[in-house]
Amino acid sequence: MSLPAAAQEALDSFEQARGWEQRARLLMQMGDRLEPLSDEQKAERNRVHGCESVVWLVAEQHEGQWRFKAGSDARLLRGLLALLLMRVQGLDSAELAGLDLREWFTQLGLERQLSPSRSNGLHAVLLRMAELVSVS
Amino acid sequence: MFQPSPWRADFPAIAALQRQHQTYLDSAATTQKPQALLDALSHYYGHGAANVHRAQHLPGALATQAFETSRDKVAAWLNAAQSRQIIFTHGATSALNLLAYGLEYRFEAGEEIAVSALEHHANLLPWQQLARRRNMRLVVLPVDEHGRIDLDQALQLIGPRTRVLAVSQLSNVLGTWQPLPALLAHARAQGALTVVDGAQGVVHGRHDVQQLGCDFYVFSSHKLYGPEGVGVLYGRPQALELLRHWQFGGEMVQLADYHSASFRPAPLGFEAGTPPIAGVIGLGATLDYLASLDALAVENHESCLHQHLLRGLADRDGVRVLGTPQAALASFVIDGVHNADIAHLLTEQGIAVRAGHHCAMPLLKGLGLEGAIRVSLGLYNDSDDLQRFFEALDQGLELLR
Repeated sequence: MSLPAAAQEALDSFEQARGWEQRARLLMQMGDRLEPLSDEQKAERNRVHGCESVVWLVAEQHEGQWRFKAGSDARLLRGLLALLLMRVQGLDSAELAGLDLREWFTQLGLERQLSPSRSNGLHAVLLRMAELVSVS
Repeated sequence: MFQPSPWRADFPAIAALQRQHQTYLDSAATTQKPQALLDALSHYYGHGAANVHRAQHLPGALATQAFETSRDKVAAWLNAAQSRQIIFTHGATSALNLLAYGLEYRFEAGEEIAVSALEHHANLLPWQQLARRRNMRLVVLPVDEHGRIDLDQALQLIGPRTRVLAVSQLSNVLGTWQPLPALLAHARAQGALTVVDGAQGVVHGRHDVQQLGCDFYVFSSHKLYGPEGVGVLYGRPQALELLRHWQFGGEMVQLADYHSASFRPAPLGFEAGTPPIAGVIGLGATLDYLASLDALAVENHESCLHQHLLRGLADRDGVRVLGTPQAALASFVIDGVHNADIAHLLTEQGIAVRAGHHCAMPLLKGLGLEGAIRVSLGLYNDSDDLQRFFEALDQGLELLR
């Protein structure tokens, strides 16, 4: 399965990034491009629990395709969310279920951000995403 | 000026972490272990493990002897009058739960339990849940802007209806010593039982439980450079007699029938199941090691490093330290910067500090914060560790701002 264009572009940038500073800068740039959530979407029902930061995840399905929106009050986490969304946007449930997101973050050199012990919440976001997709 | 730690080499993990470019500044969460502990564990497992207080055979006798010797060492460390005042549990949390369940029968609806606003969840939730079970009132003693229990208000709030006062000795978030002598004396005069959570306090300086005058004192081994899975509950003899048995099974039993049983008194009556034998023996070895150190030198070292930490934080724009830390640690937030972001960048640079609510959600919420960064020190830290932390902090802030 080929990568969506935006994801391929992000992967290229991360592969070229040297050192933690460049990776952090890239993450912040990615985060800035995240589509903002409306106040209505920043509701308790969209909160992802299990994160030390405030994270929202909104999932909608149009004609079988998933559209996600996400936001956080933490900048670097917004970057991680942006990287996640560009990989999963527009997939259907079967494609999502077959997708190894750990592999995606490993390709980006960000696999450590997925550890369950990390308090940043990406792990919790993935669990929440799987839950949202599986119940519908 | 470089301030070395004369004890750094006694902790092999510090060098191992350094080889992985990790600077460990999270000792309030758990500590690295001295070689003496590693040797004791290896000796115990390498020379014949056995269960304690059961077997008549030689390995059993040796294990029991080593286990009971650790009890003597803990009693000596706390200056308890007798070793049988020391109960081994599976951690500080389980010691506090033992108290909340073991004392429950004594309380009636409408009576009060007092805790402070800065308690770790381990010394809040067992009492909160006990209050809910018994329809009691949980009274929360407020904390002043320095991070100390407000004594004037506390003395008003602790009254004849107060049955238990449970407070921390040293705050795990604010690094402040609490005004225990006045609080404990007042609570006892009101007829309340007093419980001190020494999880952080026991690590810094020596504390004399008899002088402190509390009914119960609790700490966990792993924060005191010992193994995990071991907690200590000290009790005054009269206070221990009040405890009902909580967990059942194993050698806590005196006589058992199908339909009834009788149980041993403290300490064994409260050590149901097989205890963490190696861990208890390891804690004994750790205490031997700690007792061999020059206590004054340790205190000076920790206090100098702590001053260094506070100075460095004060020197930086926008850094706001929570309360007025007196020992061991400091928590802070940075204006306009999310603590998760700074934590992320410190992690990227190999600085191991803790970010978040530090198991004290109501306290952080009361301060209007989602979380904070905590830097905490052990006796193996040196000034280079702090220097690396400050450089990483500056780099991170430069990137974020």
